[in-house]
Amino acid sequence: MTPSVNLRAVGAIYKFEMARALRTIMQSVISPVISTSLYFVVFGAAIGQRMQEIDGVPYGTFIVPGLVMLSLLTQSIANASFGIYFPRFAGTIYEILSAPVSYLEIVVAYVGAAATKSIVIGLIILATASLFTPLTIEHPVLMVTFLLLTAFTFSLFGFIIGVWADGFEQLQIIPLLVITPLTFLGGSFYSIDMLPPFWRAVSLFNPVVYLVSGFRWSFTGKADVHIGVSLAMTMVFLLACLVAIRWIFKTGYRLKA
Amino acid sequence: MQSIISISGLSKTYDGGFQALKRVDLDVAPGEIFALLGPNGAGKTTLISIVCGLVKATGGSVQVGGHDIVADYRAARSLIGLVPQELSTDRFESVWDTVAFSRGLFGKPKNPAYVEKLLRDLSLWSKKDERILALSGGMKRRVLIAKALAHEPRVLFLDEPTAGVDVELRRDMWRLIRELRDTGVTVILTTHYIDEAEEMADRIGVIRAGELILVEEKTALIAKLGRKELILQLGAPLAEVPASLARYGLELRREGCELAYVYDGAREHADLAALLTELTAAGVAFKDIRTTQSSLEDIFVDLVKERA
Repeated sequence: MTPSVNLRAVGAIYKFEMARALRTIMQSVISPVISTSLYFVVFGAAIGQRMQEIDGVPYGTFIVPGLVMLSLLTQSIANASFGIYFPRFAGTIYEILSAPVSYLEIVVAYVGAAATKSIVIGLIILATASLFTPLTIEHPVLMVTFLLLTAFTFSLFGFIIGVWADGFEQLQIIPLLVITPLTFLGGSFYSIDMLPPFWRAVSLFNPVVYLVSGFRWSFTGKADVHIGVSLAMTMVFLLACLVAIRWIFKTGYRLKA
Repeated sequence: MQSIISISGLSKTYDGGFQALKRVDLDVAPGEIFALLGPNGAGKTTLISIVCGLVKATGGSVQVGGHDIVADYRAARSLIGLVPQELSTDRFESVWDTVAFSRGLFGKPKNPAYVEKLLRDLSLWSKKDERILALSGGMKRRVLIAKALAHEPRVLFLDEPTAGVDVELRRDMWRLIRELRDTGVTVILTTHYIDEAEEMADRIGVIRAGELILVEEKTALIAKLGRKELILQLGAPLAEVPASLARYGLELRREGCELAYVYDGAREHADLAALLTELTAAGVAFKDIRTTQSSLEDIFVDLVKERA
């Protein structure tokens, strides 16, 4: 009898992906930590001391959730997209496609590994941040919920990019041209309430605003938009990614001729 | 006996409109070595890719070990190992890790003893801790075979297994395939090396432009389609074939020193004896006799040309 779930396959892919991260620990962990530390040094320590408090929160503390979010988004997308794109590029995808694994198992394994890595990096950055600025987490359960939800959602998004991409440039294009600008303009370094009314309204079309705002609320209890709206928007994006992935596997898009 | 692989009405038209397979029917018996022969682009790889789940068929069905490859893909794929044509490997993995990975991917529990035996059988044991990128092309081919066999499949697909490998590996591969067959594994290989099919296969299928134009036991194929020639070296040159022997359609060669008789390998050989008796009666003396048989290669070339 063939079992109806191939957990060994999920484990094998997950382990393979984690081993890849350990082999490239420099790129995987150290570089995001260094770049985030630089943000803290420049914005937190150097500029932050000359900034007034925002909503009664010191500037250094204010930017922590946004910076963690920035890494979480870019790392989730980078890990997951590379994880599935590389076997396509190298041709080793044949083995995954010919194995007795379901699409769901393939997604769980790749996305699970990518999310694990970005969560670890997020936590490391949080720990690094606590060296520069005092941190309190007012709603730890929600903080962890947001962390997990964002990591998994954007790993799914990365998986989609990895299936779609036809070259290494395309792999970079979305994180570089879409995610990073959206994060910088999404209230990571300022409150959108500080913007003129027109630009504040425009900002509300930026999905990252809801992520950063919700995440910040779990730290400080202060937010640009209501926490419920933040959670709902994240769920909507998660759902959209799941629908897209279902379609990819149903049609065999870019995976099966 | 029930077929291990049963293909019926299998068709594939790619998105661009190219029809790679046209209603292919094929049954493969357990434990046989089946060679799929055909020129480049004939549809060999497409056929294999559909059975293994890499390409979606546009028509027809495939069963492996009685399991439909779509409806019951887990059971079907668990039985199959695939060695692809391209040397696609995880460059940065070690040999041991990549083979152990394959075993896990196919849902089998860890079995270091089995993996060790596999690596030893494939002369990979000394390389087990090396990264794949450090290996030669031939060694990479061995790694791919080890990966395909890691989950102890009942059916092994080898897509052009000896394309671009050296003589030693080719021999090793042939030996390994025979050993696998002896343990009951069914082997399906594609090749455009005729001698490989001739050497290895029990049965041969010839595929051309998406159609399986012929499936036959190798020996029967050679007997059926092979032409045989009887060549007589004459004691003295002849100016022309004696009129009494006209019905045999004999041919004089080498300035009358050789007499050749072309006959159908599958037909009764009774007329050979009659020919020899009549030759003697006609006073034609001969020093030596030999027969030649066309090889699979001649047959294949004839077949593919004929249908072109």
